[in-house]
Amino acid sequence: MPSRGGLIGRRARGLAGLAATLAATFLGLLFVTFVIGRVIPIDPVLAIVGERATAEQYAAARHALGLDRSLLVQFGLYLRDVLSGDLGTSTLTAHPVLEDIGRVFPATLELATIATLVGVLLGVPMGVSAAVRQGRLADQAIRLVGLFGYSMPVFWLGLMGLLLFYGDLGWVGGPGRLDTSFQFVFDLDVPRITGAILIDTALAGAWDVFRNALTHIVLPAGVLGYYSLAYVSRMTRSFMLEQLHQEYVTTARVKGMPEWRVVWVHALGNVLVPLITVIALSYAQLLEGSVLTETVFAWPGLGLYITNALFSGDLSAVMGGTIVVGAAFILLNLLSDLLYRLVDPRAR
Amino acid sequence: MPIERLAGRTAVAALALAAALGLAAWGAAARAGTPADTLVIADKIDDIVSLDPAESFEFSGNDLLNNTYDTLVELDPRKLGPLVPGIAESWKLADDGVTYTFKIRQGLTFESGNPVTAEDAAWSLHRAVKLDKTPSFILTQFGFNAENVDQMIRATGPYELTIVTDKPYAPSFFYNCLTAVVASVVDKKEALSHEVDGDFGYGWLKTHTAGSGAYHLRSFKPIDSYVLEANESYWRGVPAMKRVFVRHVPEPATQRLLLEHGDIDVARKLTPVDIQGIEGNPDLKVQDEVRGQIRYISLNQKVKPLDNPKVVEAFKYLIDYDGMVNSFLKGQFTVHQAFLPKGFLGAIDDRPYKLDIDKAKALLAEAGVKDLHVRIFVRNDQDRLEVAQALQNTWAKAGITAELRVGTGKEILTEYRARKHDIYLGDWGPDYPDPNTNADTFARNPDNSDDAQLTGILAWRNAWPASEVNDMTDAAVLEKDSDKRAKLYEEIQRIHQKVSPFAVMFQRIEQVALRKNVQGFSAGGSIHSAFYWATTKE
Repeated sequence: MPSRGGLIGRRARGLAGLAATLAATFLGLLFVTFVIGRVIPIDPVLAIVGERATAEQYAAARHALGLDRSLLVQFGLYLRDVLSGDLGTSTLTAHPVLEDIGRVFPATLELATIATLVGVLLGVPMGVSAAVRQGRLADQAIRLVGLFGYSMPVFWLGLMGLLLFYGDLGWVGGPGRLDTSFQFVFDLDVPRITGAILIDTALAGAWDVFRNALTHIVLPAGVLGYYSLAYVSRMTRSFMLEQLHQEYVTTARVKGMPEWRVVWVHALGNVLVPLITVIALSYAQLLEGSVLTETVFAWPGLGLYITNALFSGDLSAVMGGTIVVGAAFILLNLLSDLLYRLVDPRAR
Repeated sequence: MPIERLAGRTAVAALALAAALGLAAWGAAARAGTPADTLVIADKIDDIVSLDPAESFEFSGNDLLNNTYDTLVELDPRKLGPLVPGIAESWKLADDGVTYTFKIRQGLTFESGNPVTAEDAAWSLHRAVKLDKTPSFILTQFGFNAENVDQMIRATGPYELTIVTDKPYAPSFFYNCLTAVVASVVDKKEALSHEVDGDFGYGWLKTHTAGSGAYHLRSFKPIDSYVLEANESYWRGVPAMKRVFVRHVPEPATQRLLLEHGDIDVARKLTPVDIQGIEGNPDLKVQDEVRGQIRYISLNQKVKPLDNPKVVEAFKYLIDYDGMVNSFLKGQFTVHQAFLPKGFLGAIDDRPYKLDIDKAKALLAEAGVKDLHVRIFVRNDQDRLEVAQALQNTWAKAGITAELRVGTGKEILTEYRARKHDIYLGDWGPDYPDPNTNADTFARNPDNSDDAQLTGILAWRNAWPASEVNDMTDAAVLEKDSDKRAKLYEEIQRIHQKVSPFAVMFQRIEQVALRKNVQGFSAGGSIHSAFYWATTKE
């Protein structure tokens, strides 16, 4: 048995290694973003000055962007700026990119979090049920639901959902985060603390705005949640099937362990590691901002922001957005790494 | 408990949770209708680059600025065309033909409460010239530059502005240009209080407004929304709509749903399919407005045999103008064959050409052209590609093989500007509400040599010397009598239709869909941007 000090030392080394890997990944991300930003055939200068600019106006704008310096110098300056928290200024919005992202990211975060909650809370039990009843009606039904969510384009699902629940039935709020009249109340009376509308309104005690926001988020979160559910339930089912056929399960049953304990504690416990990866990945994907969902629901989130920036050649915004998405991926990876250590003693 | 039942129960419980969430939402939803004193518009506003009037040159930005700033002379949305007083209550031109005097309306105030004076008007024009952003040419074409503008545009009294141009231009030309957004009157004191490094407040004005228009900007969230609030001391009277809320809704189907549901009053980006879909809905109506953009093809005169006049003429007969407008372009374009859009001074409705394949074949035979092979340069934009394909089909019937050269907007434009195309298919929108804006580019080419690099001029891009009309176009900007000036443009266009390598085909229509109770909304027609102040709701 290793000594206690040795164990701590090993853990510290492990964590330091992890940190180094993360830093290297982040640096790599910055470099790749930068290079891609410089080679794509979008002329950021033309995007600013427009088609009818004279050569002098063009040159002045180019100089102002620092594009007339060498690539290496540009990358060095870029690195310095990013590390000091300056992602540049968006040409499209004329705001600092960081400020823009601070405005659009919470909208995406809120949507993605609720969608992931829906996906996990429904998807995991569904996957387990399906595995337990393999081949029976419940299994088939759950697989069908999953397949449907998997193969329907989110765009179509969103539009159909809007048509039915908003257009026809009037059960939910329409596109956007709030009704017009509530928008004014929100803009004027509710202080921005987190940027997430549900949290901010709850903190301010503005319950009517909260309820309105809830009616607006239900549908997009439901659509994305369904998508995430389809993925999570499918993966849970296949992980569980593998476990349920293991010998330890048979042994536990033979020993007379209650069936719920066998399934929900032993088998599920053993699929947690891959399941965490699956959930983290699906969450990260939603955090990128589902461009199509945000378009259909006029949801002012990160996906829409990056896409718009891309189309109008707003490089600082594209790169800033990509960095945030990349950082979110890295963080979620780190989080799932830490969670592994928690649930799986072998990973410690 | 059997495992199946337990797992099943968990799933049921989870479903119940989801249902409860849904129900909670249900209770609070379905409160349709916009507030009575608020106009809610769904549009695509991701083209806004700057709110500085000296810089804004995009549709959505100009819509916003047209409602938050005043100009010296203005247009009336209820009757677009004739000029009406704006900040200047009257104006006159001295006998020398170059000295204009504007009498500034007294008692006007800016958003900040500062009074509007002649000094603000003079300074606003100075800053637009000195900042030298893209739309500055609208002013500098009258001979102003950073060095002389302080002398040429001066406040000659607290409420008197004097402007001297370098040549005796047609007064209508000058006044029309003063209605453009770039000539907006900015609050000098307020802007200078935000000045950084001598930028005339440019950094601040990119995202704020400081005008005296019908509305004040209350909030602006790029690519999301903006809110305007009525100017309680607006000199034309307080607008009926106390607030205007413009939302960025990129998906047309979503705009339609919002409109049908009553959550917005105006939808500005519906597709023809959506427009058809809402026909017969008693709560909605559709307003057709012809806009300024025209769609044309042009033949590069450096490419043989496209420089042969007979070939040029043949192509004008090889376009199924009506066929396209009645099918896939229905509701989006109307047939228009002259370079001045309807609504402009001197615009003509003449339609000398229609599809006539036999005539075109005869012309090609006269020119001795056989087995012609051409490339159509077009950007990869669905609705232009459809036109290109239709042309391709029609031309095949006359024995012409057309190949599509498709690229991104920037690619195709680069080739066009370098005169590397055969036939270009594209759109052109006017820059300011005066006929010279299009005449200057379609019907004027001061130097056709490659070295001249007049890449901004369409006639040059197509290597057309424009010798038949050059002098007339030059004369038209100097013609003092507006009627004579209009006649001159009519004549230029008729010659242009006959001899130029341009075949103008269509003019854009914007179909604005509105709730039935909305009156007086104007998208600005072919010559201007949207006006909100005349809008009411019953």
